[in-house]
Amino acid sequence: MTTTTSTDELLSVRGLRKVYGSGPGATEAVRDLTFATRAGEMVCIVGPSGAGKTTLLRCIAGLLPPTSGEVTLDRHPVSGPPEGMAVVFQDYARSLFPWLTVAQNVDLPLREKGVARAERRRLVAESLDAVGLADVPNSYPWQLSGGMQQRVAIARAVAYEPRILLMDEPFAAVDAQTRADLEDLVRDLWHRLGITLLFVTHDIDEAIYLGQRVLVLSARPTVVLEDVTVDLPETRDQLTTRNDPRFHALRTHVHGLVQQAKRGEAARRAAA
Amino acid sequence: MRNALLGLAGVAAFLLLLETVPHTGLVDDRYLPPFSEMARALGDSAGTAEFWQALGDTLRTWGTGLALAFAAGTAAGMVIGSVPALRDATASTIEFLRPIPAVALIPLAVLLYGTGMEATLILVVYSAFWQVLMQVLAGVADVDPVARDTARSFRFRHRTRALRLVWPTTLPYAVTGFRLAASVALILTITGELIIGTPGLGRLIAVAQTSGAVAPLYGLVIVTGLLGVVVNLSARLLERRVLRWHPSVRQETAR
Repeated sequence: MTTTTSTDELLSVRGLRKVYGSGPGATEAVRDLTFATRAGEMVCIVGPSGAGKTTLLRCIAGLLPPTSGEVTLDRHPVSGPPEGMAVVFQDYARSLFPWLTVAQNVDLPLREKGVARAERRRLVAESLDAVGLADVPNSYPWQLSGGMQQRVAIARAVAYEPRILLMDEPFAAVDAQTRADLEDLVRDLWHRLGITLLFVTHDIDEAIYLGQRVLVLSARPTVVLEDVTVDLPETRDQLTTRNDPRFHALRTHVHGLVQQAKRGEAARRAAA
Repeated sequence: MRNALLGLAGVAAFLLLLETVPHTGLVDDRYLPPFSEMARALGDSAGTAEFWQALGDTLRTWGTGLALAFAAGTAAGMVIGSVPALRDATASTIEFLRPIPAVALIPLAVLLYGTGMEATLILVVYSAFWQVLMQVLAGVADVDPVARDTARSFRFRHRTRALRLVWPTTLPYAVTGFRLAASVALILTITGELIIGTPGLGRLIAVAQTSGAVAPLYGLVIVTGLLGVVVNLSARLLERRVLRWHPSVRQETAR
């Protein structure tokens, strides 16, 4: 297990618990989560649906205060959205501002950060180019396909030059072919930029294909079932990686864990 | 195109009815003269300086009142809507004040301003203000949670959030509020002029009534109706211009 107390530890989550509401109607979404990521790491988080993955991500992003426990980024406790972090949300159509063009959407956070105009122009152009959208800066997001819209959201996050990038099931709403392209895009960007990436997904194959580590979450109330190290070659390819026997072994293992998590929940329901 | 033709045909049919019914004796033509007579009377008044002066007064009262109400309603709505405590504290008061018919305030307006333009103006502002305020409040409440999270995660300042997220979200609502307010403001402008006697088309209508000039009276009524149409059309045109990105306008332009 490669968790906690390494010197280059960037993000650390300790004893995180989140309960929605209070009294008898309270729901415990996350029970006790502890893990850490090193700088430059790509960590995927999988779990059955309703496992509190989004709750966890919102707590890390400083958008939701945890009930107890602590999230630290660079040893500073996260109490609101921290500097140097960007989030790509699942719902690109609602995350992008429809009244701004593609370029303006990417530009706005940079403006807010106080980046100089010339530098902004360069960052917008480069990031749109990096996601393969250099030709549509003046279109509106709603004129683009779903996959292209999510590329805009990724470009916006990349242009922001974060040290850590959180992605919350970013490809759940796009078709399979686009999804494969976007997975490769994310791997490629992560390699080139050397950022830390935390990628939440419900898709086991996607988690293994992308990650260096896969954190498998239990069903609600959530704990970390296992921290799986993905010992696949660094250079990955949709065809060869996915046909690698090791890939299959990992998938079977993680799949088993997720099934176990679901059964655990079913058993708890039956007992209740 | 087909719709426009049908619309014109409808207007023509209505005018034809208006022309023939008095001739048939179904109604007393002392109270409903044929359309041709109304039009002739209107043509006559259009030749007088008095008519144009009154039209100008009406437009000025309407425009000033609408501008004041829109500015105040938008500012109040943005502030109240953005502060939950303020919103909760004002909700019941707004629900009480809003349904009070502005015409019920006529005695008060007269006491304060006599028969000056301000007396009507206060009615116009009062009635139009609520239309704008209610729409702006609904707009501020409609900011998308994902968009809000996005703005927060990129650490947008309050000012940026208000100008770049809340205001654009509210704009479609504000434009609807403007359109509703424009109609209501016109109604109250004419009402104030008619009842209080402040300068404008409404007062001319009152004068026509007391002097028994029925055809000119109808002529003036037609002008107020046309004003209403122009006001609504311009508001819709404005709506299309400022809301190019909005789904309702997108679909309309795609057709």
